[in-house]
Amino acid sequence: MMMSYIPHTDAERQQMLSAVGVTTIEDLFEAVPASHRFPKLDLPAPLSEMEMMAELQAMAEADEHAGDFAVFRGAGAYHHFIPSAVNHILLRSEFYTAYTPYQPEVSQGTLQAIFEYQSMMSSLTGMDAANASHYDGATSLAEAVTVAIDAGRGKRNKIILSPAINPQYREVVRTYHQGQDTKFVGDGGQADIADLVDMLDGDTAMLAVAYPNFFGQIDDLKGLAEKVHTAGALLVVVVNPMALGLFKSPGEFGADIVVGEGQPLGIPLSYGGPYLGFFCTKMKHVRRIAGRIVGETLDEDGKRAFVMTLRPREQDIRREKASSNICTNQGLMALSACVYLSLMGKNGIKQVATLNYHKAHYAADQINALAGYTVDRAKPFFNEFMVKCPKSVAEINDHLIQKGIVGGYDLGQDYPHLQNTMLVAVTETNNREEIDALVAELKEIAS
Amino acid sequence: MTQALEPLIYDMSVAGRTGALLPALDVPESPLPKDLLRTTLDLPEVSELQVMRHFVRLSHLNHSIDTGFYPLGSCTMKYNPKVNEDAARLPGFAQLHPRTDDEGAQGALALMYQLQTWLGEISGFQAVSLAPAAGAQGEFAGILMIRKYHLDRGDTKRTKILVPNSAHGTNPATVSMAGFEAVELPSDQNGDVDLEALRAACDDTIAGMMITVPSTLGLFEGHILDVIKAVHDCGGLMYMDGANMNALMGVVKPGELGFDVMHYNLHKTFSTPHGGGGPGSGPVGVNDKLKPFLPGPVVEIVDAGNDEEPPLYGLKMPEKSIGRLKAFYGNFGMHVRAYTYIGIHGDTGIKDITRYAVLNANYIRVKLRDTYRVPYDRICAHEFVLEGHFEDVENVHALDISKRLMDYGIHPPTNYFPLIVPEALMIEPTETEDKATLDEFIDVMKKIAAEAHQDADLLRTAPHTAPVKRLDEVRAAKQLVLCCRPLPEWAAGD
Repeated sequence: MMMSYIPHTDAERQQMLSAVGVTTIEDLFEAVPASHRFPKLDLPAPLSEMEMMAELQAMAEADEHAGDFAVFRGAGAYHHFIPSAVNHILLRSEFYTAYTPYQPEVSQGTLQAIFEYQSMMSSLTGMDAANASHYDGATSLAEAVTVAIDAGRGKRNKIILSPAINPQYREVVRTYHQGQDTKFVGDGGQADIADLVDMLDGDTAMLAVAYPNFFGQIDDLKGLAEKVHTAGALLVVVVNPMALGLFKSPGEFGADIVVGEGQPLGIPLSYGGPYLGFFCTKMKHVRRIAGRIVGETLDEDGKRAFVMTLRPREQDIRREKASSNICTNQGLMALSACVYLSLMGKNGIKQVATLNYHKAHYAADQINALAGYTVDRAKPFFNEFMVKCPKSVAEINDHLIQKGIVGGYDLGQDYPHLQNTMLVAVTETNNREEIDALVAELKEIAS
Repeated sequence: MTQALEPLIYDMSVAGRTGALLPALDVPESPLPKDLLRTTLDLPEVSELQVMRHFVRLSHLNHSIDTGFYPLGSCTMKYNPKVNEDAARLPGFAQLHPRTDDEGAQGALALMYQLQTWLGEISGFQAVSLAPAAGAQGEFAGILMIRKYHLDRGDTKRTKILVPNSAHGTNPATVSMAGFEAVELPSDQNGDVDLEALRAACDDTIAGMMITVPSTLGLFEGHILDVIKAVHDCGGLMYMDGANMNALMGVVKPGELGFDVMHYNLHKTFSTPHGGGGPGSGPVGVNDKLKPFLPGPVVEIVDAGNDEEPPLYGLKMPEKSIGRLKAFYGNFGMHVRAYTYIGIHGDTGIKDITRYAVLNANYIRVKLRDTYRVPYDRICAHEFVLEGHFEDVENVHALDISKRLMDYGIHPPTNYFPLIVPEALMIEPTETEDKATLDEFIDVMKKIAAEAHQDADLLRTAPHTAPVKRLDEVRAAKQLVLCCRPLPEWAAGD
C-alpha cells in the first residue's frame, strides 16, 4: 500500500507502463549508468501522519520556547504579538501553494499583496520603492553593497560599516563579497558615527549604520547623509521596522537605501527562519537593485492589474550579467508583513512601538536601580538596552532559565570590550509581572 | 475611472480605525525624545473584517496547486502536505528564539541534524549544511566552496567555471557573483553537454563545472561519467544543480557518480510550499574534500550520550567555512516541513516519489508526441520539453498556448526554458497527480492544438476567463508605479 500523496493504483500503473512501452517502472531508468543504478537508501521505514506528529511533538517539547518562558532576548529576532488573522491568511492555500507570479493573469492575488507590501514598506522607511524581499536583513545589506559598487561605476570599492551593525550581518556581507575586490572597513573597533564619517574618501562607495543599532540605541542621523553624499557615496541604513512606529524614518534623514529584518512584522521566531529581508530605495537606484519588483499596469481591457517588472535585471534574463542570482525569495513572509501592517495599521503600529518603548524603559529603570547593575543610558534607546552585570551573563542566564526566564544576550561573545554586558529586550509581550519577576531574579543573583 | 479587481487596502482606510487591539500600558511612561519622533505614518486604517475580506478575495485571484494542475517544469509543483504546516507551527519550533542556548534547543537541533543526515544519505554526500535560504544561495555556497578549496591548495590560476548553455539562469549569475568567469558549453544533438567542446575547454584555469542532472531538458545525460572525469582530470570540481532531484531519489546518488557538491531545493523535491515566491531552502551536500568549507553554522553531535542520555547537539562553524550566508541557521521552518515529509515517506516512499514522477512525465510525453514536436523524444526523466508551435500555423507561439491553458483551469508549463529549444514548454507533472488529471491535461493540450488550426485567435487573445487579460508589461516598465502612496510632506521638496 503506497502512501497517500502518490495516488496511482496498480491497475493505473500497468496501463501507464504499457502506454509508455515498458514493462516495469525500473525500465524507465536505463539511461542511468548501470554501475550506480538503484542504490540502497538507508532511511527509516515510513510513518503514518499520526506517528510522525507524535514524534515531532516530543521533539518540540524539549525546546525552551516563548510559549513556556518569558523572553527578554532580542539581538536580531524579537518576540512580538502576532494577531490571529495573520496565520489564517497565510494558511489559505491559494497563497502558499502558488508559485512565483510569472503568469500574472492567474497570480493577481500574490501580485497585488506584494504591491501593497512594497507600498507599506516604502512609507514606513520613507523611501520611494521597495522590492519583493530578500532572504533576511543580513543578505539585504549584502545586496546593498552590490548596488553601491554599481552606483560608483566600479571605481569605488570601499565600504564603511558601523561596528554597531549586527555582527552576523557584517559576517554575511563579507561572505557575499569574498570573490570581489571590495574592502570593508570601520567595524574593527568601537568607531562611532563621527569616526566613520572621518573615513569617507574618494574610494568610498557606501557608509552603513544601524538604527536602532545592535545595542538598541537610536543615533541622531541628522546631517550624516549630507556628509556621505559630499564624499560621493551612498548612505545605507539598517533598521528595525518596529522602531519606525515611533521614530523618524531614515528617508527623512536622507538615506539612499534602507534595509533590515522584517521578522518583527508578524513573523514567528521559528528558530531563525524563514524571515524577511526588506530592501527600500530612492527611485534613482531602482534599476540597479536585485530581487523581484511588482509594478502596476493595465490589462487589455483597461483593468488595473499588477505584474513583475524591470525583469531584465534578473538572473533568468541577464544570466552572468545579473547583479544577483536571487530567484526564490521570501514571498510568503512579505505577505505576512503586509497582513500584519494592515491589521495593526497606522494606529496599531504606533501603539506597539510605544508599548515596547515604555516597557523597556521601565525595565531599564528598575534594573539600573539594583546594586551591581548599570544600564547604559548614554543614548536614547527603543526596546533593547545594555546592562553591565555583576557576574557573567552565562551565569546569570543559567539562573534565570531555572525560573522560567530567557535572559538577555551576552554581548561579550561579539564585542571583547563588553564582557559581562547583557543586551536586554522588552516587547509588548512582556507584562509588568514578568518584568518585575526578571528584576527580582536579577537582584537575587547579585546578592 | 480605471476598473480594478479588488481595491487596494489603502483605499479601504477610514481614519481612526484599527484591526488589532493590544493591552493598555501597565508600566509608568518614560520621557520620549521628542525631536526624534516621526510626525507622519502612512499605513492603512482598517478593521479585521476588512482585512480578512480583502486578502480572502485576493486569494481567489490566484491559481495554486490546491486549485488545479500546475505542471511547471523545473519547479516540481507537487502537493504540499498539510501536516507539514502543523509541524512547523508546533510552539516548540515556531516560538523558539534563535539565540536560545544550544541546551535549550535540543529538539530543533536534533531535527536539523537528522535532516542533514537524511539529505546526505539520499544523495550520497558525507556532510550537509542547511544554511542556504534558497537554491540560488545553495549554488552560491557551492561555487564559493570550490573557490576556497583551490585557494586553500595555493592554486590561484583557476578563474573559470564551465556552464552548459541549457543551464538555469541562476547558474551563470552565481558564477559571476563568486568572482569567476562563466564559460558556456554548447549542447550536442541529443541535448547533452557536447563532450568534445567540454574536453577542449578543460585545462588548469577551470575551477569546476556546474551541471543539472537530469539536464534541464529532463534527460539523463548519456555520458555523465565522462563529463565528470574530464573535469576531474584537469583538476576541477563538479557541482550538481539539484533542482531535478525528484528524478534521482532511490535511482542514483550524485555523490556516488562523482559529484563533489550539490544543492537541494527543499521547496521542490521535498514538498515545502512555494509561497508565491518563497521562502525556500537550499541546503548543500559535499564530500569529505569540501566538508571543511561548508557554510555555517552546521549541527554536530557535541556529546555522544549513552544508553540513558540522548546525544547533545550543538551549532558549529566548520573550520575553513566560506562563512555565514544569512543570520542564524537557515530557513528552519522549511527544515521542519522537509523533515516531516521525509519521515512520513520513509525509504520506500522516497523511492516511489521518483519512480512515479518519471512514469507520469513519460506518460504525458507519449500521449502528446503526435500532436506537438518533442525535440528529444526518448525516455525522459521527471519532466520533458515540447515545442509550442505548429509548422502549418503561422504566428502561434508557446506563450499563446500557455495563456489558453489558463482558460481550462490549468497553470501553464514553464515557458521558453531551456533557451536551446524554440518555443519551449517544459512539462513536469510530479508524482502526486493521478492518471485522470494527466488524461485531462492531455485532452486539453490536444484541444488547444485543434483550436490553433481552426481558430488561432482564440489562443492569441487568451486568456478569456482568467481574472485579467494579458497585461501591458511595456507600460509597467516605462511608467514605473511601484508604490501607491504619495510622498510624505518632508519629501515634498525632493
